[in-house]
Amino acid sequence: MGHEECQAVNILEVNDLHTVFTTPRGVMRAVDGVALSLRAGETLGIVGESGSGKSVLGRTITGLIADNATTSVSGSVRIGGHDIHALTQKARRRLWGPEVAMVFQDPMTSLNPVKRVSTHLTEALRLHLGLGRKDAYERAIDLLRQVFIPDPTRRMTQYPHELSGGMRQRVVIAMALACDPKLLIADEPTTALDVTVQRQILDLLAALASERNMATILISHDLGAVEGRTDRVAVMYGGRIVETSDTARVFANPVHPYAEALLASIPRIGDAPHTVLRAIEGAPPNMLTLPTGCSFAPRCRFATDRCHEEQPELRELADKGTTHVGACHFPLLPVHQEVS
Amino acid sequence: MRRIAWRAGELLGVLFIVSFGVFMLVTLMPGDPAVAILGEGHPPAEYEALRHELGLNDPLLIRYWDWLSSAATGDLGRSLVPPQSDVSDRILGALPVSVQLAVMGLLIALVLAVPLAMWSAAHAGGAVDRMISAGMFATLSVPSFLAGLLLIMIFANGLGWFPRAQWVRIGEDPVGNLHHALLPAIVIALMELALFTRILRNDLIVTLKEDYILAARAKGMPPWRILVTDALRPSSFSLVTLMGISLGRLVGSTVIVEYLFALPGMGSMIVTASGQGDFPLVQGAVLVIALVYVVVNAGIDLSYGYLDPRTRRVHA
Repeated sequence: MGHEECQAVNILEVNDLHTVFTTPRGVMRAVDGVALSLRAGETLGIVGESGSGKSVLGRTITGLIADNATTSVSGSVRIGGHDIHALTQKARRRLWGPEVAMVFQDPMTSLNPVKRVSTHLTEALRLHLGLGRKDAYERAIDLLRQVFIPDPTRRMTQYPHELSGGMRQRVVIAMALACDPKLLIADEPTTALDVTVQRQILDLLAALASERNMATILISHDLGAVEGRTDRVAVMYGGRIVETSDTARVFANPVHPYAEALLASIPRIGDAPHTVLRAIEGAPPNMLTLPTGCSFAPRCRFATDRCHEEQPELRELADKGTTHVGACHFPLLPVHQEVS
Repeated sequence: MRRIAWRAGELLGVLFIVSFGVFMLVTLMPGDPAVAILGEGHPPAEYEALRHELGLNDPLLIRYWDWLSSAATGDLGRSLVPPQSDVSDRILGALPVSVQLAVMGLLIALVLAVPLAMWSAAHAGGAVDRMISAGMFATLSVPSFLAGLLLIMIFANGLGWFPRAQWVRIGEDPVGNLHHALLPAIVIALMELALFTRILRNDLIVTLKEDYILAARAKGMPPWRILVTDALRPSSFSLVTLMGISLGRLVGSTVIVEYLFALPGMGSMIVTASGQGDFPLVQGAVLVIALVYVVVNAGIDLSYGYLDPRTRRVHA
């Protein structure tokens, strides 16, 4: 046990992960061969359009989505040395909280309307850390302070509907942090919030992660949220990672046409007035009928016959010797950047 | 506080309307009270005199007002049929029996329905879920007189575990009372059980899809704990509403069970009184049942505040 933990340098190691749902309408490969790893204190952004499989990936990593009658998970996820999908339900639950925790998208629905804030926070503390009622209560107040909720003693007795959206998301974050997880997965943590609150929540998450040296996965369709707040970024399309590297590198020099198009579709403050915003044409792929070749090919400006027939593998594309990898037969060269 | 006062006012309004309806309906009942009292074969003048004495010749609204104003003081008049006892006394004798049966029946149904529904919902679509719902539909389709007869045959006549055709007042012998009430209460419970289980199961299935259930799972909470502490309360609205309606309904309508077990409850009292044309007794009994109904449902309304904090008035 100790030996195993010593060897695991990475908090998270995901290898060749597949999540396949059998639905009445067909087989859906929501996650299709994903590999990634994360060290303590490192932040990974996972970006992609709706339906690209990013949320399913997050939930499969925690083990919330696991093998059952209609779901098949293969490959491996190791969190802190534990092979999540090889564990029993019960053993997995013991990791949810102390090892890995999740922040969900909508704080309006991810808190139970009939439970007080205090119950939300203390129940996990009492379950995992075996704290008594009073200790758990003290600890919960402390957690609320850490997420900068004013007047925490009063907030403890309130119900979720008495809090604003931003406050609720802070409670959700406090709930996730309760048992000091080594890995935090934030699944679109700001999508349901007001724009003015989004930045506060993202900054709070970043501050807490670095304070606690916690590995963080930030799942988002908002590239602006990921830029500057993550060390690395992985772009997902059709259930696969199509490009991944250091965040700065991907943003400066995307090699996959999808990543490039995604970046080009963010409006920039520096843009000249009346600049036409470039949107990506077409719709995200139907996950039930993914094409044989590159799943982006039908929407890609550069696609050739080869793209439609042969699935590109992840490989080093840009600067040799870096970790910048992409899955494209005809990667964009740095030159493209200057031309555009 | 203001909310409760408001509700009390509403309650009185409803009761007023109900009382009028009850009075009118009973007035429309066929049969002449004078004949019911004297029997047939008397000279017409005697009937006429009695009608006059009973106030039956007064205008309808006057009669209603007389009845209502004395009802408000607790005087519901006298039964027309010998021994012509006080209607209030008759009701006070029958009501506890009916209320006890209804409450015990509902409690038994609830105690069985909650775990069954939780199991079903947690394994929705599975073999056990299907077995439970098949079983529930079976109990639903067995008429209560048949279920009652079967239970009497097996447990009272066959095994001799329970007495039959007797009633012991709770004041006289609490243990004996429970012993006598259990079998009829089970028959009542069987009638309600299927509906309770079904409703709670379906609401639970909806609740279990909520994000906060996923969030609770992600905290590592065991499934049974999530069912009990996270899912049950938000899922219990329909069940609680249904129970309120059932309780009000059962107080006056457990006639079959009362007859089967020879219990002196409200249902059999009303049926007998109707047959005898004993209109003061019918009026009084129906009014009291309406009162129980209205009060129970007001209580149910107030309980929503406990079930869902969002329905409480916000206080600064």
